[in-house]
Amino acid sequence: MKISNQKIIHTDVLIIGGGTAGCYAALTIREHSKASIVIAEKANIKRSGCLAAGVNAINAYIVKGRKPQDYVDYARKDADEIVRGDLLLTMSEKLNEVTRKMEQLGLVILKDENGEYVARGNRNIKINGENIKPILADAVRKLDDVTVLNHLNITDYIVENNQILGAFGFSIEDGTAYEIRAKKVLCSTGGAAGLYKPNNPGFSRHKMWYPPFNTGAGYAMGINAGAEMTTFEMRFIALRCKDTIAPTGTIAQGVGAKQINSKGEVYEDKYGITTSQRVYGTTEENLEGRGPCYLRTEGIGKDKDNDLKKAYLNMAPSQTLKWIEQGKNPSEQNVEIEGTEPYIVGGHTASGYWVDTNRQTTIKGLYAAGDVAGGAPQKYVTGALVEGEIAALDIVKTLKEDNDKEYTEKEELFAEKIKEYNHILEQKDGLFTIEQMEEAMQKVMDAYAGGISSHYQFNENSLKLAKEKIEKLIVLCDQLSAQDYHELMFYYELRERLTVCLTLIEHLNARKETRWHSFAENLDHPKKSDDWKKYVNTKKVDGKIKVIYRELVKEDQFYEHHDQ
Amino acid sequence: MSIMISKKQCVGCKKCIDVCPGSLIKTDKDGKAFIKYPKDCWGCTSCLKECKTGAIAFYLGADIGGMGSKMTVKEQGDTILWKIEKYTGDTETIEINKKDSNKY
Repeated sequence: MKISNQKIIHTDVLIIGGGTAGCYAALTIREHSKASIVIAEKANIKRSGCLAAGVNAINAYIVKGRKPQDYVDYARKDADEIVRGDLLLTMSEKLNEVTRKMEQLGLVILKDENGEYVARGNRNIKINGENIKPILADAVRKLDDVTVLNHLNITDYIVENNQILGAFGFSIEDGTAYEIRAKKVLCSTGGAAGLYKPNNPGFSRHKMWYPPFNTGAGYAMGINAGAEMTTFEMRFIALRCKDTIAPTGTIAQGVGAKQINSKGEVYEDKYGITTSQRVYGTTEENLEGRGPCYLRTEGIGKDKDNDLKKAYLNMAPSQTLKWIEQGKNPSEQNVEIEGTEPYIVGGHTASGYWVDTNRQTTIKGLYAAGDVAGGAPQKYVTGALVEGEIAALDIVKTLKEDNDKEYTEKEELFAEKIKEYNHILEQKDGLFTIEQMEEAMQKVMDAYAGGISSHYQFNENSLKLAKEKIEKLIVLCDQLSAQDYHELMFYYELRERLTVCLTLIEHLNARKETRWHSFAENLDHPKKSDDWKKYVNTKKVDGKIKVIYRELVKEDQFYEHHDQ
Repeated sequence: MSIMISKKQCVGCKKCIDVCPGSLIKTDKDGKAFIKYPKDCWGCTSCLKECKTGAIAFYLGADIGGMGSKMTVKEQGDTILWKIEKYTGDTETIEINKKDSNKY
């Protein structure tokens, strides 16, 4: 099998990844300009990204009586200071605006008798989010001069003199290779799942918190192109319902269920209630022999069972199926909980591209929004929408400035890329398969870089081993082959994950403290230190990952890249 | 965690193939949909919602407590009907109005 065809496309703006941030960026660009857009999406924008099954609530909203700064303060506290104030504030200021826009597009939001949105706590509002992604995708499909290329897997950026010029990829449907030339590129590919051995390593290996199809492509392409990355060491580990890995917040916040251990003791007060502390507490209770842990739902009242089952059908149907299959409603049985495997995701923690306040990366003309962009945790859906908007507005503004620039393609680069794709497609089967290599990578990360089986803990010696072993796996990748275009995508997904793993290990090793239990539990440096109130950034220079430390950026600053 | 597709009920419209966020569903030699990578299913149920003939059922793997119950989805206007055929033979249907917000 070989690449079947080749196409070169020219566009003003290329958006890589048609998820939450990418779709909203397309809407914004067309609202403010006549720029042409290509959205390259590896699945189909209708249900791709984090919102495939739906979402239970809008979790980032400035409710009545609160102000954007309150949201910044909350995110800063949860991440124990390591956040970008400028990014969080500019995001928080627009959370309500994008929510209203989503309502105009068709999102159902609960209102009270005065027409006000009904709040769930201090930052959330209640919705029916089952169809949030189809609503967004429909709006994009109605736009003029926006070409959506579904089932197109982008593998590399085209960068010259630190200026983005476009990207290469291939269709997993028909094997056409693409060279897409663009004046501006927005990366909105999401974060990275599947780096670590998952909670359910067997048949249900993809029953995980984060979309298993978000493989860190955007991170890996950026790392390989020399973009600066930030805070990968702030891994995200979700506290989830056992087995189904369904959300716990809906139960905890919705019906006020507390975290209890197997003795029935409420333990959350002992460890704290930030996101990482909730996971850490559960891990510790298990380690000390008081597991398993639960959300105490027994006795919540039968009237709540049906509403909980409905709420889960709108975002995580497996949990409802589980309750029904077991013949026990939540009011009759506590819900067992566990921490997930670690993920790298800039929408919940702060890992991702190091961007300026306008969301431009350190590569000129390349922007990042949503989970792939770093520095602004607790984005959730609305924060990703806002980032798409902020990046889009700057793209529109700067497009006008360099409208006269012309870029010509260099045929040899595209030919080389096609040769690479064909080599993998035509290579004889080696000893190992892509799947085996993925399992090997996950095992290494699990054992030596703080996975579930090592209770999320690591030390410098274990990280050294992790690095050595991941580097060996990267070498072994050269003998892998792909039988078809789908497997060719699997090949690149594996390589992306391995690239992300190496950068992650470097970050975990560079922060010599434990600021966030579980998220980055460094046993050589088990205490938090004020000396580490700074960002750990990395950049690949001449094939080696260089660590860069940067001072914290506050919300009164407008951050620009000066030293690139 | 995965899906099963009834070859009998599948009409070969390919909507499930197009929507799957992992592109995991392919066409067999008879033009019918089949899940090529069952272990890679995320469990999002997007394909169930696309299927107008109800050919696709969702189930939990035994490794996460599944006992053989199957879930299907049918959309009727503003209503989504989730039907669970339990391994015991009983069925349970949950009706959700798309215009209703989550209570929690």
